[in-house]
Amino acid sequence: MSIMINGAAMSLPEDPRVSLLDLLREHHHLTGTKKGCNQGACGACTVLVDGERIVSCLALAMQYEGRAVTTIEGLADGNELHPLQQAFIEHDGFQCGYCTPGQICSAVGMAAELKRGAPSNVTGDLSADTIAFSRDELAERMSGNLCRCGAHNGIIDAIGATFAARPEVAA
Amino acid sequence: MTPFSYSRASDAADALRRATAGAKYLGGGTNLVDLMRETIERPAALVDVTGLSATIEERQGGGLLIGAATRNTAVAEHRAVRERYPVLARAILAGASAQIRNMATMGGNILQRTRCTYFYDDEGSQCNKRVPGEGCDAIEGFNRIHAILGASPACVATHPSDMCVALAALDATVHLRSAGGERVLPFTDLHRLPEGRPDIETVLEPGELIVAIELPPPLATRSTYRKVRDRASYAFALVSVAATLAVEEGRVKDVRLALGGVAHKPWRAFKAEDALRGQPATEQAFRAAAEAELAHAVPLHDNAFKIELTKRTIAAVLGELAGEAA
Amino acid sequence: MNIVEQATKVTKTAAQGLMKKAVELAPDSWIPGGNPDPLIRQQHGHVGKPVSRLDGPVKVRGAAPFAAEFATEGLVYASVAFSTVAKGRIATLDTATAEAAPGVVLVMTYRNAPRLKPMPAFMSAAKAAGGDSLPILQDERIHWNGQPVAVVLADTQEQADHAKSLIHVVYEAEAATTSFEADKARGTEPALFQGELMKVEIGDAETALAAAPHRVDATYRTPRHNHNAIEPHAATVSWNGDELRVHDASQAVVHTAWSLAQVFGLDEKQVHVTSPYVGGGFGSKTLWQHQVLAAAAAKLAGRPVRIALSREGVYRMVGGRSLTEQRVAIGAGDDGHFTAIVHTGVTAMTRHNAMPEPFIVATRSAYAADTFKLDVEVVHLDMLANTFMRAPGEAVGTFALECAIDELADRLGMDPIELRIRNEPDKDPTQGTPFSSRHIVEAYRTGAERFGWHNRAAPGTRREGEWLVGMGCATGTYPYYRMPGGAARITLTRDGRATVAVAAHEMGMGTATVHTQVAAERLGLELDQVTVVYGDSTLPGVVLAGGSQQTASMGAAVIAAQHALVGELLKLAGNDSPLAGLKPAEVGGLDGGLCKLDEPERRESYASILSRAGRDEVTAEAEAPMPLELQHWSMHSHGAMFCEVRVNAVTGETRVSRFLGSFDCGRILNPKTATSQFRGGIIMGLGLALMEETQFDERKGRVMNPSLAEYHLPVHLDVPAIDVIWTDIPDPHTPMGAHGIGEIGITGTGAAVANAVYNATGKRVRDLPLTLDKLL
Repeated sequence: MSIMINGAAMSLPEDPRVSLLDLLREHHHLTGTKKGCNQGACGACTVLVDGERIVSCLALAMQYEGRAVTTIEGLADGNELHPLQQAFIEHDGFQCGYCTPGQICSAVGMAAELKRGAPSNVTGDLSADTIAFSRDELAERMSGNLCRCGAHNGIIDAIGATFAARPEVAA
Repeated sequence: MTPFSYSRASDAADALRRATAGAKYLGGGTNLVDLMRETIERPAALVDVTGLSATIEERQGGGLLIGAATRNTAVAEHRAVRERYPVLARAILAGASAQIRNMATMGGNILQRTRCTYFYDDEGSQCNKRVPGEGCDAIEGFNRIHAILGASPACVATHPSDMCVALAALDATVHLRSAGGERVLPFTDLHRLPEGRPDIETVLEPGELIVAIELPPPLATRSTYRKVRDRASYAFALVSVAATLAVEEGRVKDVRLALGGVAHKPWRAFKAEDALRGQPATEQAFRAAAEAELAHAVPLHDNAFKIELTKRTIAAVLGELAGEAA
Repeated sequence: MNIVEQATKVTKTAAQGLMKKAVELAPDSWIPGGNPDPLIRQQHGHVGKPVSRLDGPVKVRGAAPFAAEFATEGLVYASVAFSTVAKGRIATLDTATAEAAPGVVLVMTYRNAPRLKPMPAFMSAAKAAGGDSLPILQDERIHWNGQPVAVVLADTQEQADHAKSLIHVVYEAEAATTSFEADKARGTEPALFQGELMKVEIGDAETALAAAPHRVDATYRTPRHNHNAIEPHAATVSWNGDELRVHDASQAVVHTAWSLAQVFGLDEKQVHVTSPYVGGGFGSKTLWQHQVLAAAAAKLAGRPVRIALSREGVYRMVGGRSLTEQRVAIGAGDDGHFTAIVHTGVTAMTRHNAMPEPFIVATRSAYAADTFKLDVEVVHLDMLANTFMRAPGEAVGTFALECAIDELADRLGMDPIELRIRNEPDKDPTQGTPFSSRHIVEAYRTGAERFGWHNRAAPGTRREGEWLVGMGCATGTYPYYRMPGGAARITLTRDGRATVAVAAHEMGMGTATVHTQVAAERLGLELDQVTVVYGDSTLPGVVLAGGSQQTASMGAAVIAAQHALVGELLKLAGNDSPLAGLKPAEVGGLDGGLCKLDEPERRESYASILSRAGRDEVTAEAEAPMPLELQHWSMHSHGAMFCEVRVNAVTGETRVSRFLGSFDCGRILNPKTATSQFRGGIIMGLGLALMEETQFDERKGRVMNPSLAEYHLPVHLDVPAIDVIWTDIPDPHTPMGAHGIGEIGITGTGAAVANAVYNATGKRVRDLPLTLDKLL
């Protein structure tokens, strides 16, 4: 039984109570993924599973056997930051930095959803094939990631600058 | 979390075999795992049913059959749902966060449990839904988010799902499977009102599994969902309205209306529908229908505002649909 | 506090009053800040540049280690059981099943916990950091609903949490005081805040009010709030003999180390607290019972302990902002001149802390008036000790005051900005001291122009579809503080690199970045030649990241240390240096060395001085002077807050569509991080205005929404693009000419929103939060 984490096969826990979040943090010491509420309400634990963003605190690790998980530690290419990571620094998309890994992973998943034309609650025309990277669309789609320092403007600016202005960036 | 065993079902029959006494089916886990962590749910075994049918099939005559393991996101994003059942797409998109919708299954969403804070307070509060007969701390407590329709002296909790409100309005059916075979139930008959046993939330038999949700052909091309809440996104509904409306020559030919955030179950507004059919599609008629539905609403200390809010939201949603029709 | 203690404190206050008078009357040059910091004149260096956060790369990679992320050999995990009654005693306590559960190392209760002294409560001593002063697991008494009654240690968190659920406690409950109204009816007591009675009476305000041709007189209510830093409180704790090591999430490392030493009967030096990264604090990351419990359990188990509170655990164990009920009455003449300001009311606290929410503090200096009557009264409840939360006092006090001003302007038919300007004081209206720097009128004029304030329509007259649109404004204000105890150490090496060490904190304010800029500028070095180290109780200084004072405290300490360093360097330079014969005050840092300030070509590089002296490095450590400037001048930051809201006419939902903060906060040291701090405060203010409320069920004294799902914080879609501008006028009497800016953003914001809602709808809501039910 194993799970792929940032490209490496890693072991699953014996105790089925272990969440994907605790598997990352406590078993594999990948502490970049944060625990903010442990109840799916803050988004700090967001990771990508086969490219889709989920909250890892509500995911029992065993359910994800054989799946490919990408965490914040897996986004940069060696020393080269992911363009979104760089944009978060440039646009000051964080203060304390605790919600940041979740915001970044969430935004990467979000950009893929937007690009494939998935609608959101603020999408006016549900039948449209393409959806603009508007401020409201980004804000609605990122609303599952809480930030208490109040870096919301910088976060949305960073996401917009990365994905809207540069569609070639791989989400 | 109380220790439990975990197994994964390969198909519905396998799931039923594994679902021994004390077991629970596990979908995306977005509600069940939280409730287990709070020790409100203490299953001895979890049977993971996320590997079961997750397809969306066209039915003859224009309906859709949605496998119960289909993720919420996949349903909201599906072309046929967006075009023919916008109320369902919008209801799903109004619920939770994108991350949670990516995890949550249709079956799991239907079976999610109330957000009553006294229900959630396993250690410190009385709740008949957790411990039948223990009492209800919500009736005299914080009950701003609680029910105004169909509540009982035992329980004033509401059902938290947005998606279910749309399913109620769409005349959906649920396909169930148990050791005894299969049955199909109108969605509006699945959830119970609390009466004396708020701990029993649905008519599901022990071990019975939701395998699919069927949507009949849409009544009208126009349908929508409006959710009123305390912040702009990612909050449970104070009140929500799902509606589909067919207007012919300025009159209501047919209408389906369901309410969220007001009752122990997704509340189909039959009284309002009856009051509307054949009436002119006007603001006055919409308001009168809303009045009819809410005539027997019972407010609690903190939630009297919901009565007026519900009426206004119903009228606004129907007005919007009628306006599109005009 | 009993009457005798209270009287003693009041007498002490009187003695301090004499001293205070002397400081007020002293010549400026005797006072810290009397001679402007030379850095204020330097306009083209590192200070004032929008430098990106130096800790940015490590944070965006998820590589910054927080308190619960330090791996230690043999670590065990803690889980805490909480009481479910507000007052009484534990009648029976059954831990046998829990002790027998898999993985359990021990269960600690009052029966087996080590003997501990109570935490010194915050503000009861210079380095006190405790949230309360109650016994911690020492007896069977229960003091609040949510009090820890047992700690389980187990090999995994899952095992600890499960075992905790197996502990069975039966309480013998006693009648608790948990009702604000009922306790208020029994009588209130005057509030003492930082040793000062929260009472000001100048003239006869009630009589002046009654005689005023125009007046408003209303009651405003604000609920309990929780900080909700996204990082829950956590600590990783271990003992090495009698030495206690704590990886904490802290905004007060030295205070915490000293306070833990008192609890465990140790010397302060035996406790080492570090906190390199803090996932948000806002006043909450001080010492609460969890660090004590972890240390006690670690001692008992002989193993290192990780305590990571659940979100519910934070609500049960870490206090928040208390509720307030405030009366604001203002009397005015026909020209708008204030003849009376009355700001009185009641807040709730406990018998075990020293924190009455001081909601009148902003009113003391905000406006000129003929008469004042300001008073905070308290009731004492059986509840978790309340505490400081971002702009304690001002956040909720300005809501009441600034709504009242708006109401009065409406009644006078006067523009609310004009009304404020007409009552602009020329000196502190209740202290009589001169303002060190006050440019609020300029902030208003610039802000109004940029926001398009002149487009504001009459209440309830602007509608776009279902949405009613309105504008409101309010003044934000927060004092400039500098607490005693600041100190810094600077080490300069021959290769021209400097390390600045202060026991300060980086919770996201930008401390590490900004103070690298400041130190580089002061020393004449490049940014990459300066390292600022912080977040460690063994470093110099007693520096609280609170009261928006850390920048000032660090700034003054670094000035002192640099002064000492220059003295050392001049000694080392000797008579062969171009600098020979100069006094430290005449010399500053420039281009990797020292120069005469008014004759920069007279210079010598650090490398040259050190190599001639045969030294690899030189170190200087110094303490900042006592903050007497606070009594010599009236020192405050200001903000003119502008808000546009849209209120749905059908549902009552309010959305903030535009917001502008126009600030007067001295010189801005880093526009990028400053913008974020201002916005952060404003966004917390939007939460306060629209949605935040800790639901305290008075029947049981229990918090009912201890969750981020049920306690609403603003989400991305609630937050519009927030415009932030500033005067950038240096305060001549502060280090760098700067003010702390961490808290001012939340002040005035609640009122700006409420005033905008009034303008949109014609409805005045005086109870926060402004939820839709109040607008239907």
